[in-house]
Amino acid sequence: MSLELSEPLQKVVDSLSEKFSDQLIEVYQSSGDTFVRIESSALIEVCTFLKNECGFIYLSDIIGTDRYTSDERFEVIYNLLSFKEQARIFLKVWCDEENPELESVTKIWPGANWNEREVFDMYGVRFKNHPDFRRIFLPEDFDYFPLRKEFPLLGIPGSIELPNTTPDTD
Amino acid sequence: MKLSDIQSKVESTFFKEHQKALYQSLEDKHTTIEAMDDGDPLTAKMILNMGPQHPATHGVLRLVLQLDGETIEKVKLDIGYLHRGVEKIAENKTYQEFMPYTDRMDYLSPYSNNVALCTAVEKIASVEVPERAHYIRMIGCELARISSHLLWLGTMVMDAGAISFFIWTFKEREKIYDIMDQIAGHRFTVSHARVGGVANDLTDDATAIIKEFTANFPKELKDYHKLLDRNRLFFDRNEAVGVLKTEDALGIGATGPVLRACGYAYDIRKFSPYARYNEVDFEVPTRLEGDNLARYFVRMEEMSESIRIIQQCLDKMPKGPVRTDNAKQAYPSKDEVYYSMEGMIHDFMMTDTGICPPEGAEAYHAVESPKGELGYFIQSDGTGHPWRLKVNAPSFANLQVLENILDGEMVADTVVIIGGVDPVMGEADK
Repeated sequence: MSLELSEPLQKVVDSLSEKFSDQLIEVYQSSGDTFVRIESSALIEVCTFLKNECGFIYLSDIIGTDRYTSDERFEVIYNLLSFKEQARIFLKVWCDEENPELESVTKIWPGANWNEREVFDMYGVRFKNHPDFRRIFLPEDFDYFPLRKEFPLLGIPGSIELPNTTPDTD
Repeated sequence: MKLSDIQSKVESTFFKEHQKALYQSLEDKHTTIEAMDDGDPLTAKMILNMGPQHPATHGVLRLVLQLDGETIEKVKLDIGYLHRGVEKIAENKTYQEFMPYTDRMDYLSPYSNNVALCTAVEKIASVEVPERAHYIRMIGCELARISSHLLWLGTMVMDAGAISFFIWTFKEREKIYDIMDQIAGHRFTVSHARVGGVANDLTDDATAIIKEFTANFPKELKDYHKLLDRNRLFFDRNEAVGVLKTEDALGIGATGPVLRACGYAYDIRKFSPYARYNEVDFEVPTRLEGDNLARYFVRMEEMSESIRIIQQCLDKMPKGPVRTDNAKQAYPSKDEVYYSMEGMIHDFMMTDTGICPPEGAEAYHAVESPKGELGYFIQSDGTGHPWRLKVNAPSFANLQVLENILDGEMVADTVVIIGGVDPVMGEADK
């Protein structure tokens, strides 16, 4: 499939495929956005390269998704911006269902802190070497990961202890 | 003070694990921890819980502050008190059905949220939007920006101590509510945008009151400037308070006016123009100081730029349809629904299945909401429901900034800094 990449993005993809030829799995476009999927083992090197050499200095968001497949179930997408080239690129990694674990990118973009916590809160993907690894929206006492596809829309009754709302009568 | 000491003194009654982890995290924030001492409260160290039910936290934000006398040593934020799981809800709704939920995310500027979702769906499903609808959306978005900034201005000045000013800005917000009522039929949660256009055209009455508003509002803005621009009290409360350094701003992911107050002219309307923002003339105001005062000036200038945009839109707006005329992509007009069988069937089909983007398609589209970059990421599995819908909320990013800029400030400035960052918890908590 031929890609219609803009000039700066073409340069980025070229340099990535040159430097990380073994770790680069695929490059594709969807609805005009460019997605690059890499091996999760090379995440830190690729992110460092993108930030230092290609000008992607701003991490806009980290997106977790549940692919609901038997192998490499969870997907984590890094939404990166380069102000110099006015370009946006999406970096993807897949991880296993059994023990989903990735390196944290907080050393590269400190702002990834809360976004990684959000991915963990919703999908249970763990991030190694994260400075403050906790859930973010839901309390620590909660045992489930609500955005996984098997979690029911109505929730699980009794999964969370709620404060008593009826006044004490005695 | 050791964690065990805090635990024994606080004695949480529920969410025990959560409270424990939060206090642990506060203890771990910086490397050095000194023992806390009892004695005179002005020199003693203490831990102060602020919120989630504190009026100055703009919703349900909870801050855990460790104080040394009046100085904040370090702070941790606890969010999630308004978590409603909208992303999970979105996976079980058609795209159009989900739109009213977006009104309730950033409830201070519902119009921008509607437009953000619709533009993302239009991008993934390749829907063409008529020219006139683009201009109506831009007018709505800019009015929402003014409305949101007016609320920020009123509450921020109130946080700094001037109560009556709040009533002034709310007088103007009331006019915007009336305009929204004329445009969309709702004052607050407008739900006016539709996939493929907008719900209905602007009436003559609506156009007239928008024109009246754009003519009168600059005068009001001038009054605000007169009151605040050289006000000694306002300056003392805001200058060099809550400083976000330019070199840190990008790293910790600030967005919107908070980022622009540090000198980066990052605005989605210029960065990747959507709707017809490339055809109107406007400036992106920036400042270099990065303090609360800089944020004030950036937002004030943004309001007058918004007025310029609305005036240009009213001049340039062509005549024509306001929603795409394709029964597979958008709702048919009410005339068709009431007077033709096909229209009725199409309306039913849109409600039942809705628009179906191609299988495996992915798209991200962002708009510049009043708080910053508001993006929707959608993954489709070919059905009428999104497989995954992710909201990139600007308030979430800016709250993380707040956690970093509060360290070292005075405790009395906390509310002013929260006001200056202007988070909306409905959006940050999803």
